Amino acid sequence: MLRIADTFVVERPRTVAAALALLDAHGDKARLVAGGTDILVNIKHGLHAPEVLVDLKAIDGLRVVDLEGDVFELGALVAIHDLARHPGVQAALPSLARAAGLIAGPQLRRMGTLGGNICLDTRCVYINQTHFWRDALGYCIKKDGTVCHVTKVGKKCVAAASNDTAPVLWTLGASVRLASPRGVRELALEDFYVNDGEKNTVLAPDEILTHVRVPRPAPTRRMAYQKLRVRDSIDYPMLNLALAFDLDGGVVSNLDVVVSAVAARPRRVKRLPEGPLSAALIDEAAALAHKQVRPLTNINGDVAWRREMVPVLLRRAFAEALGEEAAA
Amino acid sequence: MKIQFELNGAPTAVEATPMARLLDVLREDLRLTGTKEGCGEGECGACTVLIDGRAINSCLVPVVQVRGAKVQTVEGLARDGRLHPVQQAFVDHGGAQCGICTPGFVVAAAELLARDPQPDAITIREALAGNLCRCTGYQKIIDSVARTLSGDEEAAR
Repeated sequence: MLRIADTFVVERPRTVAAALALLDAHGDKARLVAGGTDILVNIKHGLHAPEVLVDLKAIDGLRVVDLEGDVFELGALVAIHDLARHPGVQAALPSLARAAGLIAGPQLRRMGTLGGNICLDTRCVYINQTHFWRDALGYCIKKDGTVCHVTKVGKKCVAAASNDTAPVLWTLGASVRLASPRGVRELALEDFYVNDGEKNTVLAPDEILTHVRVPRPAPTRRMAYQKLRVRDSIDYPMLNLALAFDLDGGVVSNLDVVVSAVAARPRRVKRLPEGPLSAALIDEAAALAHKQVRPLTNINGDVAWRREMVPVLLRRAFAEALGEEAAA
Repeated sequence: MKIQFELNGAPTAVEATPMARLLDVLREDLRLTGTKEGCGEGECGACTVLIDGRAINSCLVPVVQVRGAKVQTVEGLARDGRLHPVQQAFVDHGGAQCGICTPGFVVAAAELLARDPQPDAITIREALAGNLCRCTGYQKIIDSVARTLSGDEEAAR
């Protein structure tokens, strides 16, 4: 039975300011919880042992979905289920709604939050295990140990970014708003993630992610999201890919492809082509993605297969963005 | 810590540590053992209950989070000695085998039917995607939900 070790105090602040005061008072002994679907499992597995758990769910005002202005505003506490089903999000940001709808299973989507998915801890076959399992094998860099069982020789943790929303929000040019006792800062999502599996964000211990801001896409913008997983009904990605591009008069421009569940940080495919939409253009993009993305043995799924699926997901994403039947 | 919430329509108060799992509080403190534990980490859905009408996994909910909320368990589905229509459908159409997953499926299905009384097959499969049946009796479970009678049909029985 995986009970929650009851060794810590739970605080339920009503405002962001009160939550920040708690983080300020308790420093790195405190952890944040919202939906709990990631951190509570990790606490059960002995990955965290906080003394104070700050439950954000009682804070009002972080469930906003504002699609009125030139920059959309999404609160960190918006439930994944609500994001996936929101008609305005489905219409304006279809790839985001689709990604949200493909996170975990129905119960977990009702519990989990947008902010939680963005801050999801990195995942690895050697870390998302019970304490007993990790103790038996020998610990690793991410928690309690000094070696990496994936790279064997590396000194850096390579656990995989496994958020479904991150690659999509990256292609949408999103930014995150972070509150701390020092004030509020806004960072492009691409600057929020770093390539270190131990902790793959620049979120400071006394900071709270409060909002996600997404520029209103141009009417010419097309977008898609594709995900590979073991069981289509519930699992984390073994590989995922977000695509966005402008299509104007049959010409593709500003093509953007971000691939994740590969390394600690989502990876943007570079030097992508522009020009008239054609099979040749999609072939070129698929070849570049295949060349640049190299999965590791950090998560489930054969590495060679995952790599071969990169161009496949890219082709499926093009079909999805263009509204073709093959997308399904 | 004293935690008050509404349980199956009745005001309830329990003395529990805030991080006690809602699952354990229901089963051990409140003696409602219909809700089952499977994996304990949010994957199998055996512990599904409704919080404010939404299906969630009670193994991942600290009881402090249901303070003031409406909680509904499988025990709260039957009314006045009559099974909930979806429970009756599971009985009529062989929706249960060993039974351990059944309460979770029934609660998830009841949530679906409350918002969509006549779901199509894909909607049913999507709504039940968070529930695992180790007997793999999925087809009869899905058939049971699809053949659940509406309120009028139920009354005419």
